[in-house]
Amino acid sequence: MVLKAFFPTCCASADSGLLVGRWVPEQSSAVVLAVVHFPFIPIQVKELLAQVQQASRVGVAVLGTWCHRRQESEESLGHFLEGLSAIFSHEPWLQLCRERGSKFWSCKATHRQVPASPGAPGQDQVMLIFYDQRKVLLSQLHPPAALPDHQAGDATASAGGLAAVFDTVARSEVLFRSDQFDEGPVRLSHWQSEGVEASILVELAKQASGPICLLLACLLSLISAASTSRKANMLVSVFLDVALGLALLSWLHGKDRIGQLADALVPVADHVAEELQHLLQWLMGAPAGLKMNRALDQVLGRFFLYHIHLWISYIHLMSPFIERILWHLGLSACLGLTVALSILSDIIALLTFHIYCFYVYGARLYCMKICGLSSLWRLFRGKKWNVLRQRVDSCSYDLDQLFIGTLLFTILVFLLPTTALYYLVFTLLRLLVVTVQGLIHLLVDLVNSLPLYSLGLRLCRPYRLAAGVKFRVLEHEAGRPLRLLMQINPLPYSRVVHTYRLPSCGCHPKHSWGSLCRKLFFGELIYPWRQRGDKQD
Amino acid sequence: MEAEQSFSDICGGRLALQRRYYSPSCREFCVSCPRLSLRSLTAVTCTVWLAAYGLFTLCEKSMILSAAIFITLLGLLGYLHFVKIDQETLLIIDSLGIQMTSSYASGKESTTFIEMGKVKDLVINEAIYMQKVIYYLCILLKDPVEPHGISQVVPVFQSAKPRLDCLIEVYRSCQEILAHQKATSASP
Repeated sequence: MVLKAFFPTCCASADSGLLVGRWVPEQSSAVVLAVVHFPFIPIQVKELLAQVQQASRVGVAVLGTWCHRRQESEESLGHFLEGLSAIFSHEPWLQLCRERGSKFWSCKATHRQVPASPGAPGQDQVMLIFYDQRKVLLSQLHPPAALPDHQAGDATASAGGLAAVFDTVARSEVLFRSDQFDEGPVRLSHWQSEGVEASILVELAKQASGPICLLLACLLSLISAASTSRKANMLVSVFLDVALGLALLSWLHGKDRIGQLADALVPVADHVAEELQHLLQWLMGAPAGLKMNRALDQVLGRFFLYHIHLWISYIHLMSPFIERILWHLGLSACLGLTVALSILSDIIALLTFHIYCFYVYGARLYCMKICGLSSLWRLFRGKKWNVLRQRVDSCSYDLDQLFIGTLLFTILVFLLPTTALYYLVFTLLRLLVVTVQGLIHLLVDLVNSLPLYSLGLRLCRPYRLAAGVKFRVLEHEAGRPLRLLMQINPLPYSRVVHTYRLPSCGCHPKHSWGSLCRKLFFGELIYPWRQRGDKQD
Repeated sequence: MEAEQSFSDICGGRLALQRRYYSPSCREFCVSCPRLSLRSLTAVTCTVWLAAYGLFTLCEKSMILSAAIFITLLGLLGYLHFVKIDQETLLIIDSLGIQMTSSYASGKESTTFIEMGKVKDLVINEAIYMQKVIYYLCILLKDPVEPHGISQVVPVFQSAKPRLDCLIEVYRSCQEILAHQKATSASP
């Protein structure tokens, strides 16, 4: 198998030294984490590696030597480096070498135990893969969606070689604590040695942000146990919510808009009631050319008209207090835009309460009619519903039962168009109100469940959320090892939203379209926001 | 080593296949699709603008004309950035994996990388596409649960849709690397 050496780009310009990292035998890949510079004492290097291994549970070891030839005559260095393989034995021993001013490197991997047989060459083919250590350290790999019948344990076992690289770098943070510019027994080179911020102000800001971050972390830890990203998303959503609510509040309370709203509300309610009255007059006549049963029509029409008259009286009774109520409700917008939207949805529900009542009356009448019709239809055919067995059985009726049943059946059939029309009209009105309320609920859900922090992270620091990696082949010369650049492939926005969305606490209607149509046809009442476990009517 | 050859796609348009052999274990195949033709662009723009002018003569609102220009511009930008693929590349690296890149006309590149451990095989498959029977190259992925099963089929060169002769070239090259990979992974 081709030997893959993952080399951090920050160490490409480092001085000669020892390569420290982890060897993954299954993938035949060596992940280089840092370079140890001269002078060093082998015992101290081994001690440091043992410490790191204990702290991070990653098998860190000396993998080989790194030689950066800056001057022409450094042959002695080469021999010295070869001698090191005797002190730090590792199988296989990597030797990476870079000439000054040359882009192409030379790599050798020697196995000592395997005897050089003609079939298997002693020096393997080596492939160099450069990676940005800081980005790989900070990024989080998101594997593609697992199959539904996948066990969680299997996923970690079958994690590919690249996940092992990410894992190794992420867990070896202990190794990155001391660096070549620090005073210590061992001088290392890794991503921390790449350079510090040039501006003093940025440095000071970084130092000052420490306690602020600590405070934020304390606040976040007060929220119940959830992953950091979820807490951050929730916090940003709440901030945005409150900010939008305060903007709405300032807009509402300026220029006497509340007064204008209150003045407009009662005429609008009057207008709606007038339109309903016109509609009922139309139904009581000959709506769309259909001929209705005069008596039933008049009864139902007058009943609903009286209802509307009562409703208008209540609205007029309330009109002096509306402005005060609206002003106080408007204050609630400071709690957040979602609160204001929910209150709006409730106000709509209250103001259209008469439509809800009409719908219930119409539906109940229609439901009773349909029940009566179906049972009498069975009687007409000589059958009966067996409640015990929950099925239709044949039954022999007496003559007088049949006569009365047939009579009632014909009466109900002829009255059906009238009732059905009233039911249809009021159901449509009710569905309109439900649709408006549903749209408001959708908007509230959107504001609550959109993972804004994760989206912002994807926009500004795309390497933090990784869907995978991508490779680019760098300039190549025949006879030299292949050089690849490994870059992070960021997660697409749709997957960010899908993975990080907060659970929406809104009650979504749980019926499918088919059951909805069935309920509408049989006149059963529809409760759009009832949860599944609630008591059924 | 680089070699370029011209083939045709299933509709008869001209494609160019560029092969780069970086090393015995790394090969790249680049299929470039036919460019956006000026004729179709002009035809679409003229249709949209004539329709907008017709609406304008009916409604006498000048906003329709500016809306038509806006829509045409946005539509063209959206088409170049999200739909029109210029080049599709397949990079196969022994013992690392297979990478597929699509580069769009606006310069955007979308990459997918599949690790070698997940790849079961690379095959040429036959499919019924509209009223034609076409050949396409696809990567079979291993099923983690069942050792001999296939969990997914990933088609390659989906926008370019080259014909069988082009696919055979790519297939032969890739199979050399896959065979070598299987031989070395079988032996410890």
